[in-house]
Amino acid sequence: MADFPTHLRYSVEHEWVDDATPATVGVTSVAADALGDVVYLELPEVGATIEAGTVIGEIESTKSVSELYSPVSGTVVEVNQAAIDDPAVVNSEPFGSGWLFKVEVTGAGQLLSAEEYAQHAG
Amino acid sequence: MTEKKTPLHAEHEALGATMTDFGGWMMPLRYTSDLAEHRAVREAAGLFDLSHMGGIAVTGPDAGAALDHALVGNLSKLRRAGARYTMICADDGGVLDDLIVYRTGEDEYFVVANAANSETVLVALLERAAGFDAQVRDVSARDALIAVQGPRAAQIVREVLAEDSEISGGTAFDELRYYASLGMRFGEEAVLVARTGYTGEDGFEIWVAAPHAVALWRALLAAGEPRGLVPAGLSARDSLRLEAGMPLYGHELDTTTTPYDAGVGRIVKLDKVSDDGTPVEFVGRAALAARAERAPERVLVGLRGTGRRPARAGYPVVQPEAVPSPDGSLGPRVGTVTSGAPSPTLGHPVAMAYVSPEVSAEGTELAVDVRGRAEPFVVVPLPFYRRERG
Repeated sequence: MADFPTHLRYSVEHEWVDDATPATVGVTSVAADALGDVVYLELPEVGATIEAGTVIGEIESTKSVSELYSPVSGTVVEVNQAAIDDPAVVNSEPFGSGWLFKVEVTGAGQLLSAEEYAQHAG
Repeated sequence: MTEKKTPLHAEHEALGATMTDFGGWMMPLRYTSDLAEHRAVREAAGLFDLSHMGGIAVTGPDAGAALDHALVGNLSKLRRAGARYTMICADDGGVLDDLIVYRTGEDEYFVVANAANSETVLVALLERAAGFDAQVRDVSARDALIAVQGPRAAQIVREVLAEDSEISGGTAFDELRYYASLGMRFGEEAVLVARTGYTGEDGFEIWVAAPHAVALWRALLAAGEPRGLVPAGLSARDSLRLEAGMPLYGHELDTTTTPYDAGVGRIVKLDKVSDDGTPVEFVGRAALAARAERAPERVLVGLRGTGRRPARAGYPVVQPEAVPSPDGSLGPRVGTVTSGAPSPTLGHPVAMAYVSPEVSAEGTELAVDVRGRAEPFVVVPLPFYRRERG
């Protein structure tokens, strides 16, 4: 079973979020591996209000399209333009430079610890 | 898991492949990265397990005549050791499967069918050969099929296999032509080598008796790795064939499609005759002859995306000025995407689609309804990618 960063929390839809202010959101290595090579990202715009558990964008790989869910509610304050320009970074560093966007959090959805997520992703 | 496993299943697992169900088989989708595997085939070589493909032997004095009756092509005229791309159609002209047929002897043919259709093809061939002095046998489980594809494929195969004049049929490996085959040796074992493929590159497909498949796979990997060969999965195979403009059954071809619709009417031999000169009333001939006379209702075209978002199979093709209608769909609709992906080689989205003839001309600007947004595409000739021949 894979080890996931313990300072992050996780959604069952395979997103992660940290506890900084603003919080950074990305997809997990499980999602990145399942997708295959990511070629296109559609992310919410800066200033958008997002709601935990709702579809806020798309991640497109060579083979398929997946919807992106928000793990938290709040306002988007920054998107990762480098990842939009070169989405391969989502595959190579999903927990690092492959982050997707930053959000001023007003509320969280149901989130899992690294250990719980590892069991979920098992 | 009820899916069947190929003789190379343990090799794929040891290589860490992501496996997927394909046509009832557990097959490698990718080993590491779809894109890296795709590029390796374009630039060096890729190694594919194709053992899921159906293999049917048709033998006997009337084998060629039986196939002339059963298929749309003229197989009795196929030269020894030659291969031919052909189709098996229903009475109404709809495609049951696309096939490659090898003539392995004077009275021996080998028919390769898609995994998902192999049972359908077997049943149809048994039925259609009934009146002929020919035997039809499913030999799928006997052999594994391994493909080496890419510009360095010839060097790699030459290092691993040996020529043997007793089984070669008189052809030297270096003189093997595209769509031709010869017998070679892997150690003591006889294998059948064909210069065929589904990637748009030079390459070879090798039939080996199942018990020797693992040893051959490892030998090809060992000889190939220093030359840039990597094992490649179905995901790369699909993007390679799409760039090469090759149809995939279930996408560009199905029972509602005729070979003419798919742009390969040239493989339908309406005028083929038997040895005594009488016309061959092959299965589907009447419907196909009528279809050949009619103007097409739809045309298979290539589409190049001018934006970044790829079209996918099933998405509607619409006029570029399309605006959302009250129900949320875009229109007016002029066609349907059958295959689509970002092209790793070309760097932009590519797709194949069936469209109305009036919007099928090269350069026609169209759009694809990509989940509610009109993404711009333009009609381009197929294939999208053609290798430079050295």
